[in-house]
Amino acid sequence: MSPSAKDRLLLGVLRGCAALAGLLVVVIAAFLILESVPAFRNVGWTRFFSDPAWHPAPRAEAGQFQMLPMLAGTLAVMAGAVLLATPLGVLSAVFCRYYAPPALGNAYRRLIELLSGIPSVVYGFWGLVTLVPLINQVRPPGASLLAGVLVVAIMILPTVALMADGALAQVPQEYLRAAAALGLSRWTTVRAVVLPAAKYGLFTGVMLETGRAIGETMATLMVCGNIVRFPQSVFDPVRTLTANIALEMAYALGDHRSALFASGLLLLVLIVMLAGAAEWIGGEPARD
Amino acid sequence: MIDATTAFPPARGSSGERLATAAVWSSALLVVGVSVWMLGGLFWQGAGRINWAFLTTEPANAGRSGGIAPMLASTVLVLGVALAVSVPLGLGAAVLLAEFTDSGSVFGRLVRRSLDVLAGVPSVVFALFGNALFCQYLGLGYSILAGGLTLACMVLPVLIRATEEGFRAVPEDYRRAAAALGMSRTGTLWHVLLPAAAPGLAVGLVLGIGRVLGETAALLFTSGYVDRMPESLLDSGRTLSVHIYDLSMNVTGGDANACATAVVLVVLLLVVNAAAGWIARHWMRGKRISE
Repeated sequence: MSPSAKDRLLLGVLRGCAALAGLLVVVIAAFLILESVPAFRNVGWTRFFSDPAWHPAPRAEAGQFQMLPMLAGTLAVMAGAVLLATPLGVLSAVFCRYYAPPALGNAYRRLIELLSGIPSVVYGFWGLVTLVPLINQVRPPGASLLAGVLVVAIMILPTVALMADGALAQVPQEYLRAAAALGLSRWTTVRAVVLPAAKYGLFTGVMLETGRAIGETMATLMVCGNIVRFPQSVFDPVRTLTANIALEMAYALGDHRSALFASGLLLLVLIVMLAGAAEWIGGEPARD
Repeated sequence: MIDATTAFPPARGSSGERLATAAVWSSALLVVGVSVWMLGGLFWQGAGRINWAFLTTEPANAGRSGGIAPMLASTVLVLGVALAVSVPLGLGAAVLLAEFTDSGSVFGRLVRRSLDVLAGVPSVVFALFGNALFCQYLGLGYSILAGGLTLACMVLPVLIRATEEGFRAVPEDYRRAAAALGMSRTGTLWHVLLPAAAPGLAVGLVLGIGRVLGETAALLFTSGYVDRMPESLLDSGRTLSVHIYDLSMNVTGGDANACATAVVLVVLLLVVNAAAGWIARHWMRGKRISE
C-alpha cells in the first residue's frame, strides 16, 4: 500500500472512532426514547403528573404512574446538597490558595483529590451505617432527606472544590500584586478581586456538582429511605428518580419498565438542560 | 506565585476580616474532620477482617462470612472488557480530535460537545441503555460482557479527554521535524506522536480504571448480582462495589464484610489514583498536561 493510501485508511479509521464516540450520546438518547414509547403511548405523559400515586404495573390500566414525588425528592436532595457543598467547596479552594501555608495547602488539596476518587457506594455505605443511626436518634426513621443531602453534599464537595481551585489558579498574578500593592487585606482581596475574576470557573464547578447531585444513584438509594412521598420535613424519607430506577428495574415488565425508561429520559433531559444553561450563562464550557 | 502567608497584612483590624478567616479555616477543618471520620471509621472497622483468606475464598452465608474472591475476579473481568473496548476506540477518537481536526471544524466541535454531554450522563441512565441494548437486543443477558460494554461507554469521555491532552502536549516541533523528514502521517503518528503522548494515554487509562472500579449503579442490572466465581464472560458476575451495596442493603448482618470489602476497594482506588498522579508528575518530565 502506498503511503498516501495508508494515510487515507488511517484517517478513515480515526474518523470512524470519533464518529462512534460522538454518536454514542445520540444512541443512548434514541434507546431511551425507543424504550419509553410504550409508556408514553399507553400511559400518556399527563398521567406521570396527575395519577394519584406511584403503583406501577406491567399493564398501564392496572397501575398508577405518578412521578412528581420522586422528582421532588431528586430536586430536594440536589438543592440541599448544592447549597451545603458550594460554600464549603469554594472556601476550601480559597483556603488552599490564600490562607494555608503552601505545604498545608498542598496536603489539603491531596486530601480533596483523594475524596474525589472514593466511589459513591462507599459514601452511601458510610452514610447508612454512621449517619442514618445518628439521625435516627434525633428523629426516627433516620433514613431521610437530611441523610441524603448530607451524604451527597460530602460526595460532590471535591468536584466543586477542585474546579474552584483550578479557577483560582487562573486568576492573573498581576491582580494579586496590584491588590497587595494597594494594601488590601486578605479577605478583601479574595472577596473583591479573586472571586469576581474567577466567577466563570466557579460557575462551571457549581453546574458540574449540580449534575452529579441529580444523577447520583447509590448514595441516595442507600440513605434516603426510598418511600415515594412528598417530604414534609428534612427528617422524612424520600425516593429519588435514580433510586427508583435502580430499585425497580430488576423486576419491571411491560409498561412499568417503559415508565422507568421514561424517568431515565427525564433525567437525561434535566442534565442536558443544565449543560445548556451553563453554556448560555457562562459562555464556552471551560476545557481544562 | 504570591506567597499567601506573607503577602497580606496581618489579619487584625475589622471584625469582618477575622470572621472571614475563621470561616475559611473552619470549613477546611470541617472537611478534614468529616474525611477522617469517614475513612478512619471504615478502616478502623474493616481493616481487621482483611487477610489472605478473605481475598481468596468464596463468600459463605450470603456474604456474611467467607471471602470476596469471586467479586475480585468479576471486577477484573469487567474492567478488562471495558478497557479492551474503550481504549482503541478512545485512542482513535482522541488522535483524530487532537491531530487531524482544526479547532474550528464543525465535526470536531460536534464530537467534543457530545462527549461533554456524555460525561455528564448519570450512571443509572447508562445502566438503562446497557440493559436495553446489550442485555436485551444483543441477547447477552445479565453478563460480565454486558456490564463491561456499558462501562466502556461510560469511561470513553474521560479516556478521550486525557489522551487528547497528551497529544496536545507534544511540541509542535516534533510534527514539523517529522514532516521535514518526509514521514507519512501514519508513520509520524506511530513512531513520533504516540510514544510522546503515552503519558496522557496512561493518565486517561488510570482515571478510567478508577471509574470502572467504583461504579455500581451501571452494573446493577447489566452484570448482575450472582456471587459465584464467573466461568465465562457470559456469566453474571458481582463486582466489589455491587457486593458492598448488596451486603449493606439486602443482607442483615452483612455490614462487617461490606466494610471490609469497602476498605479493599478504597485501597485499590488509592493505588490507582496515586499511580495517575505519579505518571502526571514524573513521567511527563516538564511537559505540561493538566490532569
